Amino acid sequence: MDTDYTIIGGGIVGLSVAWGLLQRGLTVTVLDGDDGSFRASRGNFGLVWVQSKGMNQPRYASWSQQSAAIWADFTHELGENTGHTVPLEQRGGYDLHFSEETLEATVAQYEVLKAKLGGNYPYDVLGHNALHKEEPHIGPKVVGAILHHQDGHANPLKLLTALAADVRRMGARVLTGKTVTEVSKPDAFRVTCADGTTVTSNKVVLSAGLGAATLGPAMGFKAPIRPQRGQVLITEKLPKLINRPSLIARQVDEGGIQIGATNEEVGLDDRVTQPGLSGLAAEAIAAYPALARAQLVRSWSALRILSPDGLPIYQESPDMAGAFLVTCHSGITLAAAHARLLPDWLEGTNATLDLEVFNENRFTIS
Amino acid sequence: MKTASPFLELEDTPRVDVSFEGTTLRLPVGANLAASLLAAGVEVFRHTPVSGAPRAPFCMMGACFECLVEVDGIARQACMIDVTEGLKVTRAHGREAQNDAS
Amino acid sequence: MMRRDLVIIGAGPAGMAAASEAAGRGLSVSILDEQPRAGGQIYRDVDRVAPLRGDILGPEYTHGTSLTAGLLQDAIDHICGAVVWAIEEGFRISFTRDGSGAQIDADRILLATGALERPMPLPGWTLPGVMTAGAGQILLKQSGVVARHAILVGSGPLLYLIAAQMVRAGTPPTAMIETQTRGNMIHAARHLGGALRGWRYLVKGARMLAEITRARVPRYTGATGISIEGTDKARAVCFTSKGCTHRIPCDTVMLHHGVVPNTQAARSMGVKHTWETTQNCFIPQTDDWFQSGIEGVFIAGDGAGIGGAKAAEFAGRLAALQIACQTGHLPQADRDQSATMLHRQLAYEKAARPFLDAAYPPCTEALLPEDKTVICRCEEVTAGDIRRFAKLGCIGPNQTKAFGRAGMGPCQGRYCGLSVTALLAQANDQTPDETGYYRIRPPLKPVTLGELAAMNDSTLDATE
Repeated sequence: MDTDYTIIGGGIVGLSVAWGLLQRGLTVTVLDGDDGSFRASRGNFGLVWVQSKGMNQPRYASWSQQSAAIWADFTHELGENTGHTVPLEQRGGYDLHFSEETLEATVAQYEVLKAKLGGNYPYDVLGHNALHKEEPHIGPKVVGAILHHQDGHANPLKLLTALAADVRRMGARVLTGKTVTEVSKPDAFRVTCADGTTVTSNKVVLSAGLGAATLGPAMGFKAPIRPQRGQVLITEKLPKLINRPSLIARQVDEGGIQIGATNEEVGLDDRVTQPGLSGLAAEAIAAYPALARAQLVRSWSALRILSPDGLPIYQESPDMAGAFLVTCHSGITLAAAHARLLPDWLEGTNATLDLEVFNENRFTIS
Repeated sequence: MKTASPFLELEDTPRVDVSFEGTTLRLPVGANLAASLLAAGVEVFRHTPVSGAPRAPFCMMGACFECLVEVDGIARQACMIDVTEGLKVTRAHGREAQNDAS
Repeated sequence: MMRRDLVIIGAGPAGMAAASEAAGRGLSVSILDEQPRAGGQIYRDVDRVAPLRGDILGPEYTHGTSLTAGLLQDAIDHICGAVVWAIEEGFRISFTRDGSGAQIDADRILLATGALERPMPLPGWTLPGVMTAGAGQILLKQSGVVARHAILVGSGPLLYLIAAQMVRAGTPPTAMIETQTRGNMIHAARHLGGALRGWRYLVKGARMLAEITRARVPRYTGATGISIEGTDKARAVCFTSKGCTHRIPCDTVMLHHGVVPNTQAARSMGVKHTWETTQNCFIPQTDDWFQSGIEGVFIAGDGAGIGGAKAAEFAGRLAALQIACQTGHLPQADRDQSATMLHRQLAYEKAARPFLDAAYPPCTEALLPEDKTVICRCEEVTAGDIRRFAKLGCIGPNQTKAFGRAGMGPCQGRYCGLSVTALLAQANDQTPDETGYYRIRPPLKPVTLGELAAMNDSTLDATE
C-alpha cells in the first residue's frame, strides 16, 4: 500500500482535503495535472462569501458560514507553517443593486433564509448615501447595496501556494503532470495514470474538478457536473479605490481591481471574448465610474464546476466503498471546511457533521 | 531634473512647453516623448507599484511598459507618445511616487 | 463592421511588403500598426529620419523608404497608432486608436509583429539607465538622441551595428563587454560554408568592427560574472574577462544577446509553437508560405523566426502571394513563377544565420540567472522564486504565474517568458517544449475599461 489516501486532483479542493487528512496523521498521495489543465483554482474570483448562497438550501448557507468563520484561523496556520501568508479581509461584502426592485426582492429572500438559520444572517441594507460613505467612489447608478458582515475576500493564489507548500511539508507525496485514466478496487484501490504510474491506497478522494465528469461515473458516482465559463478582468495596480468586495468588483491586495464574472454555458471553451470583456467593463464602470480610466492589464476565464443545483457534492461511491466524490464551485470559501471538517466525514469520526443534503440522492437519474 | 543629461541630442529642432511633474520642459515638437524626457535629463520615469523601485525606458518599442507615465489620468507608455504643445505628464502612480528624489 | 480580404498586423518590412504585394494583386488590405508612422523597429520612422540621419544609419536603413512608398496605394488602408488587443475567430480584430476602441473583420490575417530583444536578466538590469541595445538604437534612429557614456553588453551583430552608428554620430561607446568566446567562433566556423553564401553580411560585419576599432572603443570578450552597479540608477558595469575583474563607470548600459520572435499575438490565437534549438527560442509552426496551423492565419518576418529585415520583406511577399492565390486573385502558376525568385532570395538572406547563431550565442548567465536576479521586471519576481515554485510542483509557466505572479504585469510576460521556461525546464529536467509557455490572452496590450465599455453596445450592431 502506498498511502492511506489517494487524492485525485491537486487544486484547492484536493489540497484542502489532503491537508486535513495529513493533520490527522494519515498518509496521502496527491495526483495533480499539468500546466495546461483546466484549473478553477487559479481562475476563481477569490471571494470568501456567504450571502446569496443556499437560498433554497439553508444547510449550504450554514456550511459556507462554518467555513468562513474558521477561514482566518486556518490560513493563519498555513502562513505560520510555510511562510506563505494568505491575505484575507473579512469586513463584509456587498451585493450592489442598480434598481430598488431587485434590492427589495433580494432582501425579502434574505429574510426568509435568515429565519431558517435561526437569525444568524447578519446583514444591513445601505441606501445610496450610506453606501457612498463607505465607498466614496461608488457611482450614482447604484441605488444601494446589501452589506453582509460574514463576507470577505482573500488572495486565492496565495492560498493555493501555501497549501502546496504545507502538504509537502507534512510529507504528502505529490505527483505532478498526471492524468488519471482508471480507478479500480481489486482489493485496495489502484489508481492508474496515462503515463503508466499506478498508486495504491485504502481510500480515494475524487476532487478532480471537471475531470470528475468522466472519472466519476466509472467509479460509481453520478457526478452530474458541468462547466460554466466565468470571464474575469484585472486592472493595473491602483491606489485604494474600493474598500469592500462585491460580486462585481474587488480591489485585490496587490492593488489591481478585479472585475467579474460572466456566467456562460459554452462547454469546455475557456477563451475570453471582447463582448465578455466589454460587458464586464461597462458594469464595473456603472458601479465605480472612476474605473473608466483604469487600464485593463489582464483577463482570463475559468470554468466553474457546477452541479445541477449549484451545491457541493459529497458522496461515497455506492460501488466502491472508500471512494469519495468531493466537488463544488466554491473551493475558496469552503477551503477551511474542507481542510478542518470534511476529513471527519471521510474518516467517519464525527457523526454530527451533517452533510447528508450534499449527497447525490438529490439528483434523479436522467 | 535639469542636470546634465546622460544623453546628447544630435539636432536642434523647434521646441514646445511640456509639463512633467509640474516642471515645464522645452521638448522638441513631434519627437518621441520618452526620448525627449531622457534627453531633458529625466532619469526616473516611475516607481514600481510592487517595491517602489525606480524605472526608466527599457525597450523604446512599446513592449516593456517601464516608461509608463500618466497623461490625463491614464497610464500610458511615453515611448508611444509624440510630444505636443501643452502636454501634461506626471509619473505613474507607484508605491513611493509621492517622495521620489531625482 | 469593415471587412477586409487581408488584415496585416505590423508595418515593418514583412507587413509593408505583404501589404504592397497583396494590394497590387487586387486584395483589399488594412495594415494596423502601433507606431504613428510606418517602418516597424528596423525602419523606425524612416520617412522622417532618412533625410536627417541617413548617413549615420546607412543604406540598409534608408532602404526602408522603398517599403513605406509601397503603402501608398488606394487598396491599402494604413491604420497607424492602432494598438491591437484582441484577435478572435472570424477573424475579428479589436484595437484602440486615439483613445477609443474599434474593430475590423478579416478573411485572412498576417501577423507581422517582428521581434523582441531576448530578455537579458543580469544583476541590476532593472535600474534606470539600463536599456536594450535596440532601445539605444531606436533613440538614435528615431530621435537623434545618443548616450554619452554608454557600455554595450552582450553579443551579436546588432551590438556592432549600434556601436558603429554611435561612432559615426561622434559619440563612441565607453566600452563593449562581449560574452561570446573564441571557442564560439571556432565552433561557428563549421557553418562558414553557409555564411560564405551570405558573404555580404560578413564583409559588412568586418567593416563595422574596423570602424569600432578605429574609434579605439575598448572591447572585452568572453566576459562573465556581469553585474550592473547602482541603487538609484546604473553607475558601472562589473565583470570578469580573461581572468581579470573590471569595473567600468558609465551612465547608460545597453544590453543585447540576440532577438527572438514576438509571439504574443500568434499565441493568443492558439498557433502552435515549438522550441528552436539553434535560435534558442520558440517559433510558431508555419508552412512554406508562412501559413500557421490555423487556416487563414499567416505569420511572416522575424515573428516567425529570426531572419532579419530583408528576409522579412521576402517572406511578407511570399505570404501575400499565397493569400492572393487562396482568395482567387492570382492563378497558382503565376504565384509559383513570382515565388521562385523570392524563395531563392530568402534562402540567400538566411544563409549567414547558422554562422551568426553559433558565433554569438546567448549569454549563459542571463539564460539561467542566479537566484537573486529579478527575471519578471513588472512583478519583481526572481529566478530563485521560480526555482522554489518548481520545488512546490510547478511544471509549467502558468503555474509559476499563479504561484508568484511572474508574467502577470503589463508587459504580459514579453520580458520574462523565455526566462521562466528555461528555469523551469532546468529545474524539472524537461525540454522547453514539455515545459511550455504562458497562455497569452487578451488584452495583448492594456486597454482602458472605458474603451472596452464603450464597445459594449456597439458589439450588438457588429454581429449583424
